[in-house]
Amino acid sequence: MTQTTVFPADPKWEGEGTSRIPFWAYTREDLYKKELDQFFYNNHWCYVGLEAEIPNAGDFRRTVVGERSVIMVRDPDGGINVIENVCAHRGMRFCRERNGNAKDFFCPYHQWNYSVKGDLHGVPFRRGVKQDGKINGGMPKDFKVEDHGLTKLKVATRGGVVFASFDHDIESLEDFLGPVILSYFDRTFNGRKLKILGYRRQRIPGNWKLMQENIKDPYHPGLLQTWVVTFGLWRADQRSEMVMDAHGRHAAMVGYRSSGGKGDVTKGVTSFKENMKLEDDRVLDVVPEAWWNGPTACMQTIFPSLIIQHNVNSISTRQIVPLGPNAFDFVWTHFGFDDDTPEMTRRRLRQANLFGPAGYVSADDGEVIELSQHGFAQNGANNTLCELDGREVGGVPHNVTETLIRGMYKYYRQVMGH
Amino acid sequence: MGDNKPIKPMPDVALGREVHDLYARYAACLDHGDFKDWPDFFTAECVYKLIPRENHDRGLPLATLSFESKGMLRDRVFGISETLFHQPYYQRHIVSGVRVTGEEAGLVLAEANYLVIRTKKNQPSEVFNAGRYIDRLARVDGRLLYASKLCVFDSELIPNSIIYPI
Repeated sequence: MTQTTVFPADPKWEGEGTSRIPFWAYTREDLYKKELDQFFYNNHWCYVGLEAEIPNAGDFRRTVVGERSVIMVRDPDGGINVIENVCAHRGMRFCRERNGNAKDFFCPYHQWNYSVKGDLHGVPFRRGVKQDGKINGGMPKDFKVEDHGLTKLKVATRGGVVFASFDHDIESLEDFLGPVILSYFDRTFNGRKLKILGYRRQRIPGNWKLMQENIKDPYHPGLLQTWVVTFGLWRADQRSEMVMDAHGRHAAMVGYRSSGGKGDVTKGVTSFKENMKLEDDRVLDVVPEAWWNGPTACMQTIFPSLIIQHNVNSISTRQIVPLGPNAFDFVWTHFGFDDDTPEMTRRRLRQANLFGPAGYVSADDGEVIELSQHGFAQNGANNTLCELDGREVGGVPHNVTETLIRGMYKYYRQVMGH
Repeated sequence: MGDNKPIKPMPDVALGREVHDLYARYAACLDHGDFKDWPDFFTAECVYKLIPRENHDRGLPLATLSFESKGMLRDRVFGISETLFHQPYYQRHIVSGVRVTGEEAGLVLAEANYLVIRTKKNQPSEVFNAGRYIDRLARVDGRLLYASKLCVFDSELIPNSIIYPI
Protein backbone atom coordinates (compact mmCIF):
# COMPACT_ATOMS: atom_id res chain seq x y z
CA MET A 1 0.00 0.00 0.00
CA THR A 2 1.59 3.28 -1.02
CA GLN A 3 -1.15 5.87 -0.39
CA THR A 4 -2.16 6.77 3.13
CA THR A 5 -5.68 8.09 2.70
CA VAL A 6 -8.71 5.81 2.39
CA PHE A 7 -10.36 7.99 -0.28
CA PRO A 8 -7.55 9.35 -2.47
CA ALA A 9 -8.63 12.59 -4.15
CA ASP A 10 -6.65 11.92 -7.30
CA PRO A 11 -6.32 8.14 -7.51
CA LYS A 12 -3.43 6.91 -9.62
CA TRP A 13 -2.87 3.35 -10.78
CA GLU A 14 0.68 2.74 -9.56
CA GLY A 15 3.17 1.21 -11.98
CA GLU A 16 2.85 0.13 -15.60
CA GLY A 17 1.90 -3.51 -15.19
CA THR A 18 -1.31 -5.22 -14.13
CA SER A 19 -0.24 -7.47 -11.32
CA ARG A 20 -1.56 -4.96 -8.77
CA ILE A 21 -5.14 -3.74 -9.11
CA PRO A 22 -6.28 -0.85 -6.92
CA PHE A 23 -9.32 -1.48 -4.75
CA TRP A 24 -10.86 1.73 -6.07
CA ALA A 25 -11.19 0.12 -9.49
CA TYR A 26 -14.09 -1.85 -8.02
CA THR A 27 -15.89 0.85 -6.05
CA ARG A 28 -15.83 4.18 -7.93
CA GLU A 29 -19.11 5.40 -9.43
CA ASP A 30 -17.36 7.60 -12.02
CA LEU A 31 -15.22 4.71 -13.28
CA TYR A 32 -18.30 2.50 -13.49
CA LYS A 33 -20.09 5.02 -15.73
CA LYS A 34 -17.06 5.13 -18.00
CA GLU A 35 -16.98 1.33 -18.09
CA LEU A 36 -20.61 1.23 -19.21
CA ASP A 37 -19.76 3.55 -22.07
CA GLN A 38 -16.47 1.98 -23.09
CA PHE A 39 -17.35 -1.70 -22.66
CA PHE A 40 -21.12 -2.18 -22.83
CA TYR A 41 -22.28 0.58 -25.16
CA ASN A 42 -19.34 0.88 -27.58
CA ASN A 43 -16.94 -1.40 -29.35
CA HIS A 44 -18.08 -4.69 -27.80
CA TRP A 45 -20.65 -7.31 -28.64
CA CYS A 46 -22.95 -8.09 -25.70
CA TYR A 47 -24.94 -11.28 -25.18
CA VAL A 48 -28.71 -10.98 -25.56
CA GLY A 49 -29.86 -14.58 -25.78
CA LEU A 50 -30.13 -17.83 -27.72
CA GLU A 51 -31.98 -18.37 -30.98
CA ALA A 52 -33.73 -21.33 -29.37
CA GLU A 53 -35.54 -18.87 -27.06
CA ILE A 54 -37.28 -17.19 -30.01
CA PRO A 55 -37.99 -19.93 -32.56
CA ASN A 56 -41.16 -18.51 -34.15
CA ALA A 57 -41.95 -15.21 -35.87
CA GLY A 58 -42.88 -12.61 -33.24
CA ASP A 59 -41.27 -14.50 -30.35
CA PHE A 60 -39.37 -12.09 -28.15
CA ARG A 61 -37.21 -12.04 -25.05
CA ARG A 62 -36.65 -8.86 -23.06
CA THR A 63 -33.14 -8.52 -21.70
CA VAL A 64 -30.44 -5.98 -20.88
CA VAL A 65 -27.26 -4.65 -22.50
CA GLY A 66 -25.28 -2.92 -19.79
CA GLU A 67 -28.12 -1.17 -17.96
CA ARG A 68 -30.26 -0.65 -21.06
CA SER A 69 -33.44 -2.65 -21.49
CA VAL A 70 -33.65 -4.19 -24.98
CA ILE A 71 -35.91 -6.62 -26.81
CA MET A 72 -34.63 -9.51 -28.89
CA VAL A 73 -37.35 -10.49 -31.39
CA ARG A 74 -37.73 -12.97 -34.25
CA ASP A 75 -38.67 -11.17 -37.45
CA PRO A 76 -41.21 -12.80 -39.81
CA ASP A 77 -38.43 -12.87 -42.42
CA GLY A 78 -36.51 -15.26 -40.13
CA GLY A 79 -33.92 -12.78 -38.93
CA ILE A 80 -33.46 -11.41 -35.44
CA ASN A 81 -33.94 -7.79 -34.41
CA VAL A 82 -32.75 -6.21 -31.20
CA ILE A 83 -34.42 -2.91 -30.34
CA GLU A 84 -34.21 -0.66 -27.34
CA ASN A 85 -37.14 -0.85 -24.96
CA VAL A 86 -37.58 2.92 -24.75
CA CYS A 87 -40.45 4.65 -26.52
CA ALA A 88 -39.31 7.28 -29.04
CA HIS A 89 -42.09 9.58 -27.80
CA ARG A 90 -41.38 10.31 -24.14
CA GLY A 91 -38.98 7.62 -23.11
CA MET A 92 -41.14 5.01 -21.43
CA ARG A 93 -39.97 1.43 -21.16
CA PHE A 94 -43.01 0.02 -22.91
CA CYS A 95 -42.43 -3.75 -22.90
CA ARG A 96 -43.45 -5.18 -19.56
CA GLU A 97 -43.29 -8.87 -20.38
CA ARG A 98 -40.05 -10.86 -20.07
CA ASN A 99 -40.96 -13.00 -23.03
CA GLY A 100 -43.85 -13.62 -25.36
CA ASN A 101 -45.02 -13.28 -28.93
CA ALA A 102 -45.93 -10.02 -30.64
CA LYS A 103 -47.05 -8.91 -34.10
CA ASP A 104 -45.87 -5.42 -33.26
CA PHE A 105 -44.96 -3.35 -30.23
CA PHE A 106 -46.87 -0.44 -28.81
CA CYS A 107 -46.37 1.87 -25.91
CA PRO A 108 -49.50 1.86 -23.71
CA TYR A 109 -49.04 5.46 -22.59
CA HIS A 110 -49.99 7.16 -25.90
CA GLN A 111 -50.34 4.08 -28.12
CA TRP A 112 -47.39 4.83 -30.39
CA ASN A 113 -47.01 1.70 -32.47
CA TYR A 114 -43.82 0.08 -33.82
CA SER A 115 -43.09 -2.83 -36.14
CA VAL A 116 -40.92 -5.68 -34.84
CA LYS A 117 -38.08 -3.98 -36.68
CA GLY A 118 -38.58 -0.93 -34.45
CA ASP A 119 -39.99 1.32 -37.19
CA LEU A 120 -42.64 3.80 -36.04
CA HIS A 121 -45.93 3.04 -37.76
CA GLY A 122 -48.71 4.55 -35.69
CA VAL A 123 -49.03 7.89 -33.93
CA PRO A 124 -52.56 8.62 -32.64
CA PHE A 125 -53.92 12.04 -33.69
CA ARG A 126 -50.93 12.49 -35.98
CA ARG A 127 -53.08 14.47 -38.39
CA GLY A 128 -55.11 16.13 -35.67
CA VAL A 129 -58.71 15.69 -34.58
CA LYS A 130 -61.69 17.24 -36.31
CA GLN A 131 -64.03 19.19 -34.04
CA ASP A 132 -66.67 21.78 -34.92
CA GLY A 133 -65.37 21.96 -38.45
CA LYS A 134 -61.78 22.62 -37.37
CA ILE A 135 -58.73 20.33 -37.13
CA ASN A 136 -57.12 20.56 -33.70
CA GLY A 137 -53.61 19.40 -32.88
CA GLY A 138 -51.64 16.98 -35.00
CA MET A 139 -47.89 16.63 -35.33
CA PRO A 140 -45.81 19.43 -36.95
CA LYS A 141 -45.58 19.47 -40.76
CA ASP A 142 -41.93 18.42 -40.66
CA PHE A 143 -42.63 15.37 -38.47
CA LYS A 144 -41.47 12.18 -40.21
CA VAL A 145 -42.09 8.73 -38.72
CA GLU A 146 -38.81 7.50 -40.26
CA ASP A 147 -36.97 9.80 -37.84
CA HIS A 148 -38.66 8.50 -34.72
CA GLY A 149 -38.30 4.75 -34.61
CA LEU A 150 -36.87 2.79 -31.71
CA THR A 151 -33.10 2.66 -31.34
CA LYS A 152 -31.96 -0.38 -33.28
CA LEU A 153 -28.94 -2.40 -32.22
CA LYS A 154 -26.60 -4.18 -34.58
CA VAL A 155 -27.11 -7.94 -34.32
CA ALA A 156 -24.74 -10.86 -34.82
CA THR A 157 -25.62 -14.52 -34.44
CA ARG A 158 -23.36 -17.54 -34.52
CA GLY A 159 -24.01 -21.11 -33.54
CA GLY A 160 -27.41 -20.18 -32.14
CA VAL A 161 -26.07 -17.43 -29.85
CA VAL A 162 -27.27 -13.84 -30.33
CA PHE A 163 -25.13 -10.77 -29.64
CA ALA A 164 -26.04 -7.11 -30.05
CA SER A 165 -24.29 -3.76 -30.01
CA PHE A 166 -25.41 -0.13 -29.83
CA ASP A 167 -22.25 0.63 -31.80
CA HIS A 168 -22.95 0.20 -35.52
CA ASP A 169 -19.27 0.70 -36.39
CA ILE A 170 -18.27 -2.38 -34.46
CA GLU A 171 -16.04 -5.07 -36.03
CA SER A 172 -17.58 -8.42 -36.96
CA LEU A 173 -18.30 -10.88 -34.16
CA GLU A 174 -15.61 -13.18 -35.55
CA ASP A 175 -13.00 -10.41 -35.43
CA PHE A 176 -14.22 -9.38 -31.97
CA LEU A 177 -13.65 -12.88 -30.62
CA GLY A 178 -10.43 -13.50 -32.54
CA PRO A 179 -9.38 -16.87 -34.01
CA VAL A 180 -8.33 -18.61 -30.78
CA ILE A 181 -11.46 -17.84 -28.77
CA LEU A 182 -13.62 -18.33 -31.87
CA SER A 183 -12.38 -21.92 -32.13
CA TYR A 184 -13.50 -22.65 -28.56
CA PHE A 185 -16.78 -20.82 -29.13
CA ASP A 186 -17.47 -22.98 -32.19
CA ARG A 187 -16.57 -26.11 -30.22
CA THR A 188 -19.51 -25.54 -27.85
CA PHE A 189 -21.83 -23.90 -30.39
CA ASN A 190 -21.06 -26.23 -33.25
CA GLY A 191 -24.23 -25.66 -35.28
CA ARG A 192 -26.40 -28.22 -33.50
CA LYS A 193 -29.78 -26.85 -32.52
CA LEU A 194 -30.01 -25.95 -28.86
CA LYS A 195 -32.75 -26.87 -26.40
CA ILE A 196 -33.47 -24.54 -23.48
CA LEU A 197 -33.61 -26.33 -20.13
CA GLY A 198 -34.35 -23.29 -17.96
CA TYR A 199 -33.13 -20.24 -16.08
CA ARG A 200 -31.46 -19.29 -12.83
CA ARG A 201 -30.98 -15.75 -11.57
CA GLN A 202 -29.04 -14.20 -8.74
CA ARG A 203 -28.13 -10.70 -7.63
CA ILE A 204 -24.50 -10.71 -6.57
CA PRO A 205 -23.40 -7.75 -4.42
CA GLY A 206 -20.01 -7.22 -5.99
CA ASN A 207 -18.43 -5.37 -8.90
CA TRP A 208 -19.25 -6.90 -12.32
CA LYS A 209 -15.57 -7.26 -13.20
CA LEU A 210 -15.16 -9.75 -10.35
CA MET A 211 -17.26 -12.29 -12.23
CA GLN A 212 -15.11 -11.96 -15.36
CA GLU A 213 -12.08 -12.38 -13.07
CA ASN A 214 -13.59 -15.37 -11.28
CA ILE A 215 -13.82 -17.31 -14.53
CA LYS A 216 -10.36 -16.13 -15.57
CA ASP A 217 -9.03 -17.53 -12.31
CA PRO A 218 -7.97 -21.17 -12.54
CA TYR A 219 -6.20 -20.83 -9.19
CA HIS A 220 -9.32 -21.02 -7.01
CA PRO A 221 -11.43 -23.98 -8.21
CA GLY A 222 -8.94 -26.57 -6.97
CA LEU A 223 -8.70 -24.84 -3.61
CA LEU A 224 -12.00 -23.20 -2.63
CA GLN A 225 -14.35 -25.79 -3.96
CA THR A 226 -14.25 -29.18 -2.25
CA TRP A 227 -16.28 -30.96 -4.88
CA VAL A 228 -13.92 -29.74 -7.53
CA VAL A 229 -10.74 -30.86 -5.85
CA THR A 230 -12.09 -34.08 -4.31
CA PHE A 231 -13.77 -35.36 -7.47
CA GLY A 232 -11.05 -34.10 -9.76
CA LEU A 233 -13.24 -31.70 -11.75
CA TRP A 234 -10.36 -29.20 -11.79
CA ARG A 235 -6.94 -29.63 -10.26
CA ALA A 236 -3.68 -27.73 -10.41
CA ASP A 237 -1.90 -30.87 -11.63
CA GLN A 238 -4.23 -31.71 -14.51
CA ARG A 239 -3.56 -31.11 -18.18
CA SER A 240 -4.81 -27.59 -19.04
CA GLU A 241 -4.55 -24.67 -21.43
CA MET A 242 -5.12 -21.04 -20.51
CA VAL A 243 -5.63 -18.93 -23.63
CA MET A 244 -6.60 -15.35 -24.44
CA ASP A 245 -7.46 -13.31 -27.49
CA ALA A 246 -4.87 -10.84 -28.79
CA HIS A 247 -6.20 -8.06 -26.53
CA GLY A 248 -6.33 -10.11 -23.34
CA ARG A 249 -10.02 -9.31 -22.91
CA HIS A 250 -11.54 -12.73 -23.74
CA ALA A 251 -10.17 -16.01 -22.41
CA ALA A 252 -10.72 -19.74 -22.24
CA MET A 253 -9.72 -22.07 -19.41
CA VAL A 254 -9.52 -25.55 -20.87
CA GLY A 255 -9.15 -28.60 -18.66
CA TYR A 256 -8.82 -32.35 -18.92
CA ARG A 257 -10.25 -34.09 -15.88
CA SER A 258 -7.95 -36.40 -13.97
CA SER A 259 -9.05 -38.98 -11.45
CA GLY A 260 -9.17 -36.79 -8.35
CA GLY A 261 -8.07 -37.97 -4.93
CA LYS A 262 -4.94 -37.28 -2.90
CA GLY A 263 -1.80 -35.75 -4.38
CA ASP A 264 0.78 -32.98 -3.96
CA VAL A 265 -1.79 -30.41 -4.93
CA THR A 266 -4.14 -31.41 -2.12
CA LYS A 267 -1.55 -31.13 0.67
CA GLY A 268 -2.63 -28.51 3.15
CA VAL A 269 -5.77 -27.69 1.22
CA THR A 270 -8.48 -27.30 3.82
CA SER A 271 -11.28 -28.00 1.38
CA PHE A 272 -9.96 -31.40 0.34
CA LYS A 273 -11.90 -34.25 1.92
CA GLU A 274 -9.98 -37.45 1.24
CA ASN A 275 -12.70 -39.80 2.42
CA MET A 276 -15.65 -37.97 0.95
CA LYS A 277 -18.01 -40.28 -0.90
CA LEU A 278 -21.42 -39.43 -2.22
CA GLU A 279 -24.36 -41.51 -1.00
CA ASP A 280 -26.02 -41.06 -4.36
CA ASP A 281 -23.50 -40.36 -7.06
CA ARG A 282 -25.96 -40.10 -9.93
CA VAL A 283 -25.40 -36.35 -9.68
CA LEU A 284 -21.88 -36.96 -11.02
CA ASP A 285 -22.79 -39.53 -13.66
CA VAL A 286 -20.46 -38.08 -16.27
CA VAL A 287 -20.42 -39.49 -19.80
CA PRO A 288 -17.98 -38.03 -22.34
CA GLU A 289 -19.53 -36.55 -25.48
CA ALA A 290 -18.05 -36.68 -28.96
CA TRP A 291 -18.01 -32.91 -29.42
CA TRP A 292 -15.63 -32.50 -26.47
CA ASN A 293 -12.71 -33.75 -28.58
CA GLY A 294 -10.73 -34.21 -25.39
CA PRO A 295 -11.26 -31.44 -22.83
CA THR A 296 -13.77 -32.17 -20.08
CA ALA A 297 -14.19 -28.49 -19.24
CA CYS A 298 -13.91 -25.26 -21.18
CA MET A 299 -14.85 -22.07 -19.38
CA GLN A 300 -14.89 -19.02 -21.63
CA THR A 301 -15.14 -15.36 -20.70
CA ILE A 302 -16.35 -13.07 -23.48
CA PHE A 303 -15.71 -9.54 -22.30
CA PRO A 304 -17.69 -7.80 -20.88
CA SER A 305 -21.03 -9.57 -20.67
CA LEU A 306 -20.80 -13.34 -21.02
CA ILE A 307 -19.47 -16.55 -19.56
CA ILE A 308 -19.86 -19.74 -21.59
CA GLN A 309 -19.79 -22.85 -19.45
CA HIS A 310 -18.84 -26.32 -20.53
CA ASN A 311 -18.13 -28.45 -17.49
CA VAL A 312 -18.55 -32.20 -17.92
CA ASN A 313 -22.14 -32.67 -19.18
CA SER A 314 -23.45 -29.31 -18.01
CA ILE A 315 -23.55 -26.40 -20.46
CA SER A 316 -24.85 -22.89 -19.89
CA THR A 317 -24.55 -19.24 -20.81
CA ARG A 318 -24.17 -16.83 -17.89
CA GLN A 319 -24.98 -13.20 -18.55
CA ILE A 320 -23.51 -10.30 -16.54
CA VAL A 321 -25.96 -7.42 -16.01
CA PRO A 322 -24.18 -4.60 -14.11
CA LEU A 323 -26.05 -2.43 -11.60
CA GLY A 324 -23.66 0.25 -10.40
CA PRO A 325 -20.21 -0.56 -9.10
CA ASN A 326 -21.40 -2.70 -6.19
CA ALA A 327 -23.79 -5.23 -7.71
CA PHE A 328 -24.68 -7.19 -10.83
CA ASP A 329 -27.39 -9.61 -11.82
CA PHE A 330 -26.19 -12.96 -13.07
CA VAL A 331 -28.57 -14.78 -15.41
CA TRP A 332 -27.95 -18.44 -16.24
CA THR A 333 -29.47 -20.15 -19.25
CA HIS A 334 -28.93 -23.90 -19.08
CA PHE A 335 -29.33 -25.71 -22.37
CA GLY A 336 -28.74 -28.99 -24.13
CA PHE A 337 -28.87 -30.06 -27.75
CA ASP A 338 -32.10 -30.80 -29.56
CA ASP A 339 -30.90 -34.33 -30.33
CA ASP A 340 -29.93 -35.20 -26.73
CA THR A 341 -31.36 -38.50 -25.57
CA PRO A 342 -33.67 -38.31 -22.53
CA GLU A 343 -30.82 -39.87 -20.51
CA MET A 344 -28.41 -37.09 -21.53
CA THR A 345 -30.98 -34.43 -20.70
CA ARG A 346 -31.48 -36.00 -17.27
CA ARG A 347 -27.70 -36.10 -16.85
CA ARG A 348 -27.43 -32.40 -17.66
CA LEU A 349 -30.22 -31.58 -15.20
CA ARG A 350 -28.57 -33.66 -12.47
CA GLN A 351 -25.15 -32.11 -12.97
CA ALA A 352 -26.82 -28.70 -12.85
CA ASN A 353 -26.83 -29.25 -9.06
CA LEU A 354 -23.13 -28.36 -9.19
CA PHE A 355 -23.81 -24.96 -10.73
CA GLY A 356 -25.96 -21.91 -10.20
CA PRO A 357 -26.84 -19.93 -7.07
CA ALA A 358 -27.21 -23.07 -4.94
CA GLY A 359 -24.61 -25.16 -6.75
CA TYR A 360 -22.00 -27.31 -5.02
CA VAL A 361 -19.33 -25.68 -7.17
CA SER A 362 -20.79 -22.25 -8.00
CA ALA A 363 -22.52 -20.99 -4.86
CA ASP A 364 -19.10 -20.26 -3.35
CA ASP A 365 -18.17 -17.95 -6.22
CA GLY A 366 -20.97 -15.52 -5.42
CA GLU A 367 -20.04 -15.60 -1.74
CA VAL A 368 -16.34 -14.86 -2.27
CA ILE A 369 -17.19 -12.05 -4.68
CA GLU A 370 -19.50 -10.46 -2.11
CA LEU A 371 -16.90 -10.71 0.61
CA SER A 372 -14.21 -9.28 -1.70
CA GLN A 373 -16.39 -6.23 -2.37
CA HIS A 374 -16.71 -5.74 1.39
CA GLY A 375 -12.93 -5.87 1.64
CA PHE A 376 -12.47 -3.27 -1.10
CA ALA A 377 -14.85 -0.89 0.62
CA GLN A 378 -12.61 -0.72 3.65
CA ASN A 379 -9.76 1.09 1.97
CA GLY A 380 -9.88 2.24 -1.63
CA ALA A 381 -6.18 3.00 -1.66
CA ASN A 382 -5.17 -0.64 -1.16
CA ASN A 383 -4.30 -3.03 -4.04
CA THR A 384 -4.97 -6.65 -4.97
CA LEU A 385 -2.03 -8.85 -5.88
CA CYS A 386 -2.13 -10.98 -9.05
CA GLU A 387 1.34 -12.41 -9.31
CA LEU A 388 0.79 -16.16 -9.57
CA ASP A 389 3.07 -17.41 -12.33
CA GLY A 390 4.81 -14.04 -12.52
CA ARG A 391 3.84 -10.55 -13.57
CA GLU A 392 3.62 -10.96 -17.35
CA VAL A 393 0.67 -11.60 -19.64
CA GLY A 394 0.46 -14.61 -21.97
CA GLY A 395 -1.27 -17.93 -22.59
CA VAL A 396 0.18 -20.94 -20.77
CA PRO A 397 -0.20 -24.74 -20.96
CA HIS A 398 -1.08 -25.17 -17.31
CA ASN A 399 -3.48 -23.62 -14.83
CA VAL A 400 -1.26 -22.44 -11.99
CA THR A 401 -1.51 -18.84 -13.07
CA GLU A 402 -3.24 -15.48 -12.76
CA THR A 403 -2.13 -14.41 -16.23
CA LEU A 404 -5.70 -14.21 -17.58
CA ILE A 405 -6.61 -11.61 -14.95
CA ARG A 406 -3.45 -9.66 -15.73
CA GLY A 407 -4.43 -9.82 -19.41
CA MET A 408 -7.88 -8.43 -18.70
CA TYR A 409 -6.47 -5.47 -16.78
CA LYS A 410 -3.88 -4.78 -19.47
CA TYR A 411 -6.82 -4.31 -21.82
CA TYR A 412 -8.77 -2.40 -19.18
CA ARG A 413 -5.96 0.10 -18.56
CA GLN A 414 -5.54 0.67 -22.31
CA VAL A 415 -9.20 1.35 -22.96
CA MET A 416 -9.93 3.33 -19.80
CA GLY A 417 -6.76 5.38 -20.04
CA HIS A 418 -5.52 4.61 -16.55
CA MET B 1 -87.45 -23.91 -4.00
CA GLY B 2 -84.64 -25.35 -1.99
CA ASP B 3 -80.99 -25.93 -2.52
CA ASN B 4 -80.15 -28.70 -4.97
CA LYS B 5 -76.41 -28.70 -4.25
CA PRO B 6 -75.06 -32.06 -3.05
CA ILE B 7 -74.05 -32.26 0.60
CA LYS B 8 -70.26 -31.80 0.92
CA PRO B 9 -68.43 -34.62 2.70
CA MET B 10 -67.00 -33.74 6.13
CA PRO B 11 -63.33 -32.70 5.79
CA ASP B 12 -60.88 -35.14 7.35
CA VAL B 13 -60.07 -33.05 10.40
CA ALA B 14 -57.53 -35.47 11.79
CA LEU B 15 -55.63 -35.60 8.53
CA GLY B 16 -55.67 -31.81 8.29
CA ARG B 17 -54.18 -31.52 11.76
CA GLU B 18 -51.53 -34.10 10.97
CA VAL B 19 -50.54 -32.28 7.79
CA HIS B 20 -50.33 -28.92 9.61
CA ASP B 21 -48.14 -30.54 12.24
CA LEU B 22 -45.83 -32.00 9.59
CA TYR B 23 -45.30 -28.59 7.96
CA ALA B 24 -44.65 -26.97 11.34
CA ARG B 25 -42.11 -29.62 12.36
CA TYR B 26 -40.40 -29.39 8.95
CA ALA B 27 -40.00 -25.62 9.30
CA ALA B 28 -38.78 -25.91 12.88
CA CYS B 29 -36.13 -28.44 11.87
CA LEU B 30 -34.76 -26.22 9.12
CA ASP B 31 -34.91 -23.03 11.18
CA HIS B 32 -33.16 -24.62 14.11
CA GLY B 33 -30.37 -25.67 11.81
CA ASP B 34 -30.83 -29.41 12.42
CA PHE B 35 -30.09 -30.18 8.82
CA LYS B 36 -29.08 -33.78 9.55
CA ASP B 37 -32.73 -34.40 10.49
CA TRP B 38 -34.05 -32.86 7.26
CA PRO B 39 -33.82 -36.04 5.14
CA ASP B 40 -35.94 -37.92 7.72
CA PHE B 41 -38.99 -35.98 6.56
CA PHE B 42 -38.76 -37.76 3.22
CA THR B 43 -39.30 -41.21 1.79
CA ALA B 44 -36.30 -43.16 0.50
CA GLU B 45 -37.06 -42.56 -3.20
CA CYS B 46 -38.18 -39.00 -2.70
CA VAL B 47 -38.15 -36.01 -5.03
CA TYR B 48 -37.12 -32.58 -3.79
CA LYS B 49 -37.01 -29.65 -6.18
CA LEU B 50 -36.33 -26.00 -5.58
CA ILE B 51 -37.57 -24.39 -8.76
CA PRO B 52 -38.12 -20.75 -9.82
CA ARG B 53 -41.68 -19.95 -10.77
CA GLU B 54 -40.73 -18.91 -14.30
CA ASN B 55 -39.37 -22.40 -15.05
CA HIS B 56 -42.31 -24.14 -13.36
CA ASP B 57 -44.94 -22.02 -15.11
CA ARG B 58 -43.28 -22.42 -18.51
CA GLY B 59 -42.79 -26.16 -18.14
CA LEU B 60 -39.00 -25.88 -18.25
CA PRO B 61 -37.29 -28.79 -16.48
CA LEU B 62 -34.36 -26.95 -14.85
CA ALA B 63 -34.55 -26.58 -11.08
CA THR B 64 -32.18 -24.65 -8.82
CA LEU B 65 -31.80 -27.82 -6.75
CA SER B 66 -33.09 -31.20 -7.87
CA PHE B 67 -32.73 -34.30 -5.72
CA GLU B 68 -34.07 -37.79 -6.36
CA SER B 69 -33.40 -39.75 -3.19
CA LYS B 70 -32.79 -39.48 0.52
CA GLY B 71 -29.14 -40.19 -0.30
CA MET B 72 -28.93 -37.01 -2.39
CA LEU B 73 -30.50 -35.07 0.48
CA ARG B 74 -27.85 -36.42 2.84
CA ASP B 75 -25.13 -35.47 0.35
CA ARG B 76 -26.55 -31.94 0.39
CA VAL B 77 -26.43 -31.89 4.18
CA PHE B 78 -22.78 -32.94 4.02
CA GLY B 79 -22.18 -30.16 1.51
CA ILE B 80 -23.76 -27.59 3.79
CA SER B 81 -21.70 -28.51 6.80
CA GLU B 82 -18.44 -29.51 5.14
CA THR B 83 -17.97 -28.18 1.63
CA LEU B 84 -20.05 -25.17 0.61
CA PHE B 85 -18.20 -21.99 1.53
CA HIS B 86 -20.69 -19.37 2.72
CA GLN B 87 -21.45 -16.73 5.32
CA PRO B 88 -23.63 -18.56 7.86
CA TYR B 89 -27.17 -17.27 8.32
CA TYR B 90 -30.37 -17.82 10.27
CA GLN B 91 -33.49 -18.90 8.40
CA ARG B 92 -37.04 -18.35 9.58
CA HIS B 93 -39.82 -20.11 7.69
CA ILE B 94 -43.29 -18.60 7.89
CA VAL B 95 -45.67 -21.20 6.48
CA SER B 96 -49.32 -20.45 5.93
CA GLY B 97 -52.35 -21.65 4.04
CA VAL B 98 -51.53 -25.30 4.63
CA ARG B 99 -54.26 -27.34 2.98
CA VAL B 100 -54.95 -30.82 1.70
CA THR B 101 -55.84 -30.47 -1.97
CA GLY B 102 -56.66 -34.06 -2.80
CA GLU B 103 -55.56 -37.62 -2.96
CA GLU B 104 -53.86 -39.54 -5.74
CA ALA B 105 -52.64 -43.14 -5.87
CA GLY B 106 -52.68 -43.37 -2.08
CA LEU B 107 -50.67 -40.16 -1.68
CA VAL B 108 -52.05 -37.08 0.07
CA LEU B 109 -51.71 -33.93 -2.02
CA ALA B 110 -50.97 -30.82 0.00
CA GLU B 111 -49.93 -27.22 -0.63
CA ALA B 112 -48.85 -24.26 1.47
CA ASN B 113 -47.35 -20.80 1.09
CA TYR B 114 -43.96 -20.15 2.58
CA LEU B 115 -41.76 -17.21 3.27
CA VAL B 116 -38.15 -17.60 4.36
CA ILE B 117 -36.52 -14.66 6.11
CA ARG B 118 -32.72 -14.73 6.09
CA THR B 119 -30.64 -13.01 8.73
CA LYS B 120 -26.90 -12.95 8.28
CA LYS B 121 -24.90 -12.25 11.42
CA ASN B 122 -24.72 -8.50 12.13
CA GLN B 123 -27.00 -7.75 9.17
CA PRO B 124 -30.65 -6.72 8.97
CA SER B 125 -33.19 -9.47 8.28
CA GLU B 126 -34.33 -9.73 4.67
CA VAL B 127 -36.98 -11.44 2.56
CA PHE B 128 -34.98 -14.32 1.16
CA ASN B 129 -37.29 -16.72 -0.64
CA ALA B 130 -41.05 -16.57 -1.02
CA GLY B 131 -42.99 -19.32 -2.71
CA ARG B 132 -45.31 -22.25 -2.34
CA TYR B 133 -44.93 -25.90 -1.57
CA ILE B 134 -46.61 -28.40 -3.89
CA ASP B 135 -46.27 -31.73 -2.12
CA ARG B 136 -47.22 -35.40 -2.15
CA LEU B 137 -47.25 -37.18 1.18
CA ALA B 138 -46.98 -40.90 1.81
CA ARG B 139 -47.83 -42.79 4.96
CA VAL B 140 -44.87 -44.93 6.03
CA ASP B 141 -45.10 -46.92 9.27
CA GLY B 142 -47.93 -44.70 10.38
CA ARG B 143 -46.04 -41.44 9.80
CA LEU B 144 -46.69 -38.92 7.04
CA LEU B 145 -43.56 -38.25 4.98
CA TYR B 146 -42.83 -36.19 1.86
CA ALA B 147 -42.66 -38.43 -1.19
CA SER B 148 -42.27 -35.35 -3.34
CA LYS B 149 -41.74 -31.72 -2.42
CA LEU B 150 -41.67 -28.90 -4.97
CA CYS B 151 -40.66 -25.49 -3.64
CA VAL B 152 -41.80 -23.14 -6.41
CA PHE B 153 -40.38 -19.74 -5.56
CA ASP B 154 -41.46 -16.26 -6.69
CA SER B 155 -38.11 -14.80 -5.55
CA GLU B 156 -36.41 -15.76 -8.78
CA LEU B 157 -33.66 -13.20 -8.30
CA ILE B 158 -31.84 -14.95 -5.49
CA PRO B 159 -29.96 -12.65 -3.09
CA ASN B 160 -26.62 -14.17 -4.02
CA SER B 161 -26.88 -17.79 -2.93
CA ILE B 162 -29.08 -20.44 -1.35
CA ILE B 163 -27.18 -22.82 0.89
CA TYR B 164 -29.62 -24.35 3.37
CA PRO B 165 -32.77 -26.29 2.39
CA ILE B 166 -36.05 -24.46 1.93
